[in-house]
Amino acid sequence: MTVNAAHRSAEEIGRTPQGPRPLPELGDQRKVADLSVADTELGNGLRVLAVRKATVPTVELRLRIPFGGTDPMHSARAEVLAETLLTGTASRDRVAIDTELALIGGELGTVVDPEHLAISGSALSSGLPTLLDVLADALTGAAYADTEVARERERLVERLAVARTQPGVIAREALQRRRYGDHPTTREVPQAEDVAQVTPEDVRALHQAAVLPRGSVLVLVGDIDPDTVIDDVERGLRGWSADAAATPLIELPDVTGGDLHLIARPGSVQSQLRLSAQAIGRTDPRYAALQLANLAYGGYFSSRLVENIREDKGYTYGAQSSFDFAGDSATLVVQADTASEVTAAALLETRYELARLGLMPPTDAELESVRQYAIGSLLISTSSQVGLASQLAALASAGLDADWLATHPGRLADVTAEQIAEAALEFFAPTRFTGVVVGDPDVVGKGLSVLGGVVAP
Amino acid sequence: MAAPEIHRYVTDNGLRVVLAPDTTSPVVGVSVHYDVGFRSEPEGRTGFAHLFEHLMFQGSESLEKLAHFRHIQGSGGTFNGSTHPDYTDYFEVLPSAALERALFLEADRMRAPKLTEENLANQIDVVKEEIRLNVLNRPYGGFPWILLPPVLYDTFPNAHNGYGDFVDLEQASVDDCAEFFDTYYAPANAVLTVAGDIDIERTKQLIDKHFGDVPARPAPPRRSFAEPLPTEDRHDTHQDPHAPLPALAVGYRMPDPINELDGYLANLVLASVLADGDGSRLQQRLVHTDALVSDISAGAGLFGPFEARDPDTFAVTAIHPAEVSEQQVLEALDDELDKLVTTPPDAEELAKVTARWTANLYAEHDRLVSRTLGYGSLELLYGAPELLFELPERIGAVTADDVSAAAKALREGARAVLTIEPSTPDQSEGAQ
Repeated sequence: MTVNAAHRSAEEIGRTPQGPRPLPELGDQRKVADLSVADTELGNGLRVLAVRKATVPTVELRLRIPFGGTDPMHSARAEVLAETLLTGTASRDRVAIDTELALIGGELGTVVDPEHLAISGSALSSGLPTLLDVLADALTGAAYADTEVARERERLVERLAVARTQPGVIAREALQRRRYGDHPTTREVPQAEDVAQVTPEDVRALHQAAVLPRGSVLVLVGDIDPDTVIDDVERGLRGWSADAAATPLIELPDVTGGDLHLIARPGSVQSQLRLSAQAIGRTDPRYAALQLANLAYGGYFSSRLVENIREDKGYTYGAQSSFDFAGDSATLVVQADTASEVTAAALLETRYELARLGLMPPTDAELESVRQYAIGSLLISTSSQVGLASQLAALASAGLDADWLATHPGRLADVTAEQIAEAALEFFAPTRFTGVVVGDPDVVGKGLSVLGGVVAP
Repeated sequence: MAAPEIHRYVTDNGLRVVLAPDTTSPVVGVSVHYDVGFRSEPEGRTGFAHLFEHLMFQGSESLEKLAHFRHIQGSGGTFNGSTHPDYTDYFEVLPSAALERALFLEADRMRAPKLTEENLANQIDVVKEEIRLNVLNRPYGGFPWILLPPVLYDTFPNAHNGYGDFVDLEQASVDDCAEFFDTYYAPANAVLTVAGDIDIERTKQLIDKHFGDVPARPAPPRRSFAEPLPTEDRHDTHQDPHAPLPALAVGYRMPDPINELDGYLANLVLASVLADGDGSRLQQRLVHTDALVSDISAGAGLFGPFEARDPDTFAVTAIHPAEVSEQQVLEALDDELDKLVTTPPDAEELAKVTARWTANLYAEHDRLVSRTLGYGSLELLYGAPELLFELPERIGAVTADDVSAAAKALREGARAVLTIEPSTPDQSEGAQ
């Protein structure tokens, strides 16, 4: 490069006459203001959690409806329902819905997974009555017009073709099957051929049977008065009622340890490592300790796993370990995408760090670091309306409330070195993990067979 | 919402500073924007600006490798950096108790980063993994941000791949890093932004304490990346071994985002009228009525608006079934643009766009990280961080005729069309 011929050398750049300087101490931390919260169950069985956070004149909405189903066609029908729920009612067509929402700076979108149908939206807070009105209209009178269902079905088939070429989707699907066999939770992405068979009648029947207020949770966060907004919701959603309750996903079996399965993706330049073990949910008294142990393992950038396989060895761009919550339980999922040539080596290090976490538990410095990170990142993520609404929706659908959120920093502060060590030893034992490797068997097969504990395709 | 308080000043060594206090939550955002992006990297060193961004996290005079991450996260904070066409940003959001620490960390690497062979080799490996993840091993990788520019542009700065070729990345040397740092990472070529729970006077003192003795060096003269408009339509095809469906990107040149801001804003409104929401023109026509495409989008800038100087790209992208020809998609697109040329959008269409922009800008403002970065990039590109909260009004002032004129300019100018063609996976790719 010859941009600047007179430049200093790297050595000259890296030192100053004064030399290294000390890291400044932390200052005083101001406390977070208490939230103004209303949390109540309406006459129709819908739980409404409303929180005032008037940082900007907008409001965030999250509705989560338990949406389990055991019929093999359920996920295909649910996916078509999610794509067409907001495409028309008796009084509004697709364009009218979008126009009304746009004029209040609003959006509404729907996604479905094996556990929940989730409707998320936002608007200028002055437009909240309109947002609730459009939502109520869809919940009580979604038309599922034949033409809309036909077109969205067609688009879904096209999008599913794209999704199934994504390595991340392929790996997730394989991991779900490895962990849960043919349990309905494995049907996160429906089969295109099932979607193609879904009729408007199927979708209308599913809506009638499953889009129900009892057992569902509505979260509103923003420039609102929590008490009066509950009355607005009660009035606005009065027409949405049923005796039956929404259907939770049937219970998940515990994940048991076992060999990893190698899933063939010939020609791929990178492999996906996915390992998983049973964990505990947020209501377990050991949860805070396990949350911190997971951060120390691979839950943040300064974790043992990332410092080893990215910053020391350059095997991956991103490695992470996280909780996968379901109902009041949870599993740990460890993931890394790594070049084919170093896949076996990356798996070796990943397993080594699992064992090391239990045998050489987090040091005091590691514990303090993950503790500060857990408390600080929660503070940061809940400082915006979007972050707080999403956090509360996740907690509320697990049966928890705003008080849990407010008291969680205290639980993290109380975790002792012994507790994090116990959680590490119990939950990160390598034999508790199962999983998959997706990659090119011609390139990764030999190394993995030398390592062992990996079953070839 | 009242206009937020903003303080701007320049330190003795030329660092531009933006302070934006807001005490609603006890958190602070700190960012440094350097006025160099991948358009400035030299030929034979594609991907260098991004690779260098990685190196800036690898240690400095007071900080061993890994220390930067550990100090931020161990103080309860989050961090990242990103490389754009015309700037590179580094940022952290932390509990407000960690403000001084964040300033110390940014100052230390602005003053004396440690650029070593070992860290360079490690980060070349990491960046190659990043490229495999985001480009080589997935469908539609680099679509359209890597693939469209070489069709629309002729000159190296505008046309080349900002992620870089593996061959170029492997050539990068520690001396290249030293030269790049000395040329572009001067305080006079940077903007420091501090937003959130801060006291102005104390923050100014801390900035002086930590950045005050970063030696002044001249900012490099700003290069122009201007190149003539294309005179005829261009076309290219890219074979994608992972893509199941064809796709296309249509790229147009657009008004200078900095010096023709009103014309640029008209293009933003045009993009929303075309493709934002089910009621927008392209969604209605191409997705629903004619059922030509699975998904379509339109927008100013290949990474989003307000992140590049001239020349910038207006792009329409779509994924469509194999049975639909590219010609059908282009004809429908041209037809919708023609309709806008002859019949300007009505008042309701514009009201929709303004309301959604207003709400989206509030949402961005509410997230401290995007607020901090927004102030920083607008100071760097426009010298006007307050544009962040003036935009709803500026967008509301765009008239129906302005939108028609923007559509007309797209129709009359030459454009670039990039086609993605699904192909059989190439087995030799595994050796890359």
